[in-house]
Amino acid sequence: MAADQAALAAPPHPTTEPRAVRLAAIALALGFLAFFLALPLVAVFHEALRGGVSAYLAAFDDPDTWSAIHLTILVAAIAVPANLVFGLAASWAVAKFEFRGKSLLVTLIDLPFSVSPVVSGMCYVLLFGAQGYFGHYLQSYGIQIIFAVPGIVLATIFVTFPFVARELIPLMQEQGVAEEEAALSLGAGGWRTFWSVTLPNVRWALLYGVLLCNARAMGEFGAVSVVSGHLRGLTNTVPLQVEILYNDYNFIAAFAVASLLACLGLVTLGVKSALEWRYGDELASGRRH
Amino acid sequence: MSVMASSEFGGTAVSRVATRAPRRPFRAPSALPGFGLAYGFTWLYLGLIILIPLGAVVLWAGSLGPARLLAIATEPRTLAALKLSFGLSLAAAALNAVFGLLLAWVLTRYDFPGRRLVDAAVDLPFALPTAVAGIALSAIYAPNGWVGALVPFKIAYTPLGVFVALVFIGLPFVVRTVQPVLADVDQALEEAAATLGAGRARTVFSVVLPILGPALLTGFALAFARAVGEYGSVIFIAGNIPYVSEIAPLLIVMRLEEFDYAGATAIATAMLALSFAILLLVNLIEAWSRRRLGHGR
Repeated sequence: MAADQAALAAPPHPTTEPRAVRLAAIALALGFLAFFLALPLVAVFHEALRGGVSAYLAAFDDPDTWSAIHLTILVAAIAVPANLVFGLAASWAVAKFEFRGKSLLVTLIDLPFSVSPVVSGMCYVLLFGAQGYFGHYLQSYGIQIIFAVPGIVLATIFVTFPFVARELIPLMQEQGVAEEEAALSLGAGGWRTFWSVTLPNVRWALLYGVLLCNARAMGEFGAVSVVSGHLRGLTNTVPLQVEILYNDYNFIAAFAVASLLACLGLVTLGVKSALEWRYGDELASGRRH
Repeated sequence: MSVMASSEFGGTAVSRVATRAPRRPFRAPSALPGFGLAYGFTWLYLGLIILIPLGAVVLWAGSLGPARLLAIATEPRTLAALKLSFGLSLAAAALNAVFGLLLAWVLTRYDFPGRRLVDAAVDLPFALPTAVAGIALSAIYAPNGWVGALVPFKIAYTPLGVFVALVFIGLPFVVRTVQPVLADVDQALEEAAATLGAGRARTVFSVVLPILGPALLTGFALAFARAVGEYGSVIFIAGNIPYVSEIAPLLIVMRLEEFDYAGATAIATAMLALSFAILLLVNLIEAWSRRRLGHGR
């Protein structure tokens, strides 16, 4: 603390601001963050523990909450590996080869981030909903996608689509192909090269992407809300269960379940920052600190 | 994530194809295997998960025809929701641009205890699920909440509440786009300005801020694009009163719940068209400011 104070009191320098301005700017920035970011986070835990620890724990006696937790884990367990495999395939094609239309492909991979979550859910309703393009066909075979688990999985894959690919593509582009070519010239096969050379080179970026992908998959609300139908105990993920409890005026339970998601967010943020600090030079350049 | 970067990629794609297409083979020769498999799988998965479903929206909008689309999109209630969504998103992105710049500056240029922790905390709105943010914000800003009880006017269940939620979710975009550019600014420029007699304020406003301009605009556009489509963090605090605090994405959800796919598609199309127009405008301003100042990023 004292050392930092001394640093702030250093003699005037042409490329920084006067000390008073610096202190005011720091205070204003931190005040803004505390007001807009820290306050909501504290509020979640404050409201959840409003009735004491026993009321907090009682919130988890609800079987609907447990089925929501199971569904969220199931959905993430399908969506994250699916986008992981896609991310590896897409980054191998985009980063290791030169081909026409590459920029278009990269743009399209990022597209889901510019689509409103509500519209992401809506496009599956237009395809598979009761009045959708394939609605009648699916109905005649008794297949339900919308208001059922497959729709929730599809909507989650849609909104988490670019997370792994966008971490891997820039990093693998920086790394080039020299190491893979060396492995091949030494007699390794294609898969062996991939497993022993490419994958170890990108492992931390891969973990980083999977981490963000998982956080979004477990926390997604808008897209899932549109396709879920809100059937209690059947098609509610954890965020939707929070909404239902909140709308039932069951505030302590709503905030208790929300506190689980808040912890997931905090753990994600912690591991993400640790990866940036510890393995920054093994992540894409935009992630280095 | 990046709408602006995407359109830049699109731009280079067009020019590359235009200049090199006639002779260039589809793919440059390479010793590495697996291109066909990876490339094919990428397009297949992209097509099934993203392109066909988004194509369904386009098809549905096309089958309605422009006249019906316009009729639905200009219904008074829809119009009020679109105005609210776009007006508040622009205002929230503007506030985020100001405080995002301040935060990026403080985090890049100054050293203070806990700087790394604060830097990490900026990403909280990305990490916190939107529904959690939504109920937390409405608890704070409700008339009996921590902030709501202190102010003499209502925040939650009014457009002001929507604005607060949009500021919350948009903040990291500006900080994260400005931060790397600010870190790369050559401090020799500032030293040169100082030796030529400029005061510190003049140096900051005439030398440093113009360099940050394009990044600031990109961050503004990203925050705006996110805010327009935002649903989870808004609906709890908005109160969702028709004509007053009802956002466009909520109207889409309501139309879908009524199985009114045409209505939902029309509102979504209007949102996409308006967003596209605004982002195009921001892109043009960005390109113009870059040309005028004569430096890239």
